[in-house]
Amino acid sequence: MKTLTRWFSRNLIRVYMVLGFTYLFIPVAYTFAFSFNDYIKSNLVWRGFTWNNWKQPCGVLDVCPALGNSIKIGLLATFIATILGTLIAFALGRYAFKGRAVTNTLIFLPMASPELVLGASLLTIFLNLGMNLGFWTIVIAHVMFCISFVVVTVKARIASLDPRLEQAAMDLYADERETFRRVTFPLVAPGIAGAALLAFSLSFDDFIITNFNSGTTITFPLYVYTHAERGLPAQANVIGSAMFFLALLIVVAGQIVSKKVKVGK
Amino acid sequence: MPDASTSAKGDLKLSNLTKSYGDFKAVDDLTLTIPEGSFFALLGPSGCGKTTTLRMIAGLEEPTSGKISIGATDITDKRPYQRPVNTVFQNYALFPHLTIFENIAFGLRRRGVKDVKEQVEKVLNLVELPHLADRKPTQLSGGQQQRIAVARAIVNRPALLLLDEPLGALDLKLRRQMQIELKWIQTEVGLTFVHVTHDQEEAMTMADTIAVMNEGRIEQMGSPAELYDNPKTAFVANFLGQSNLIQGNIVDSDGDYHVVDLYGQKTKVLKNRTHSRNNSVLYAIRPEKLRIDTENHTRPGNRFTGGHIVDVSYIGVSTQYQVELPWGQEIMVFEQNDDGIPPLDKGDEVTLSWEPSFSFALDGAQDANAGSEVNPEAE
Repeated sequence: MKTLTRWFSRNLIRVYMVLGFTYLFIPVAYTFAFSFNDYIKSNLVWRGFTWNNWKQPCGVLDVCPALGNSIKIGLLATFIATILGTLIAFALGRYAFKGRAVTNTLIFLPMASPELVLGASLLTIFLNLGMNLGFWTIVIAHVMFCISFVVVTVKARIASLDPRLEQAAMDLYADERETFRRVTFPLVAPGIAGAALLAFSLSFDDFIITNFNSGTTITFPLYVYTHAERGLPAQANVIGSAMFFLALLIVVAGQIVSKKVKVGK
Repeated sequence: MPDASTSAKGDLKLSNLTKSYGDFKAVDDLTLTIPEGSFFALLGPSGCGKTTTLRMIAGLEEPTSGKISIGATDITDKRPYQRPVNTVFQNYALFPHLTIFENIAFGLRRRGVKDVKEQVEKVLNLVELPHLADRKPTQLSGGQQQRIAVARAIVNRPALLLLDEPLGALDLKLRRQMQIELKWIQTEVGLTFVHVTHDQEEAMTMADTIAVMNEGRIEQMGSPAELYDNPKTAFVANFLGQSNLIQGNIVDSDGDYHVVDLYGQKTKVLKNRTHSRNNSVLYAIRPEKLRIDTENHTRPGNRFTGGHIVDVSYIGVSTQYQVELPWGQEIMVFEQNDDGIPPLDKGDEVTLSWEPSFSFALDGAQDANAGSEVNPEAE
């Protein structure tokens, strides 16, 4: 009894970890497994193993155009939101101006508001402006909610930057522009890269706001949603799994690179 | 201090320099000339305005009023990168994303210097770290980072090198070693060094001239020996080393000496070491200048009788006694352990004696504890 209690007190954290990760990864494992299912109409029942779905990821109507839209929108929204968000983050992190406190609070609002409300409001605005719903309205919507996350991420990085490093650069004959180029930007860059990855994954993933403002344009989440009722093709699982492993690869590569940078050669 | 009108070419001149934050004056009407090629220390407790002064010279802080010039050039309104001034920052501020080589080359490259490689290698040899050129700052020890920070600044051969508490982050042993090394580097390169510190030992070891700062003003300026042997205020007397300050009155004159009455005991002090506007003085004597003896064995000179030892600390090279005088005041006595006589005991009745010319006298209206309560590590 005593040894059992001791074993538990020593290994409780490990047990907890195993349970936690199991909980997190069961859906992923399920998705991955069913990407190999030899399905007929609905991919809900296991019917046997096949490579066919992975060999022909575009084998089902509409799935690849939807994926293409998501990637294009994701890249575009990320690009715009990262630039704008980084500029806002520098303004908020570096300069005292009238209304800074208010801006700081307002930046959080899109993160805190229900997506449903944001989506519906955007739709109203687009309709009132007489804009055609589609690719560009989705981009505008995604930029809007991505900016907040970029600002918060980049601002944290700027806050952790020792101001003496920039002072040292100025002291060593670098003017404002050179100081930014040689010292500030390289040091904040990892934060900006992190923010961009976050923005892309948020955009790629978004369903609710996109659903309001998409018109006839289909993104990957919209495709999955509309086909879930009629039986989702295993190709969706293939794409989902591929995205998961791609993300994993990026994270692992990022960690290896940052470790190398820290240790030097 | 050389006269401002006869200053040489590269002297640093601060004229009526003031920096206010609202009602608080961090630096209050500072006027100062630092001669070219000297090792100058601004010494004071935290919050005395020394770092603010340094930052104004570097251009990182804008003066509220006053003027800064180097030689004939007014640099008051110049941007930091337009000044022939380089700084060794507290905690060094080495660029973490650049190699040691690129850190040192930074200033040279910005100025478009041609033989960058040669100059960087030369300065790396000067600080004896040529093998670290390809490393990143985080891979270096504190002492190595410190030397690289110095190298990164002096490679530019500025008219003025500013050092902001450069040794504060190092442990005691390394600090002592770096003090000697910095002094050597300064002699070697012949640049003007302005060094800000709260550590009086550090200032005295390295600087030719020390300005003791307190509440935004300079209390006293002079060589380490001048400041230690003949302080003009209680703050300086207590901040540089320890002093026993005893309230008394000048009652008579005897040649070069004033005769001072201290609670009924007559003592003497040199007139040119007396800094008081009236007869009320703080009579001052350093603990190591006092000789301690049992009643039956006394020496010539000034003396206090009727004291008794309340505390003894034996610290190897010397023994530190705390002695209570007849009027209740406790004073410190440091006795060198060079005579083979075992230390006296707690409770022993003693006589203290000293050479009158070693004492000094300060204005009696001052707080006798000024400068002794400040915590030098508070920065």
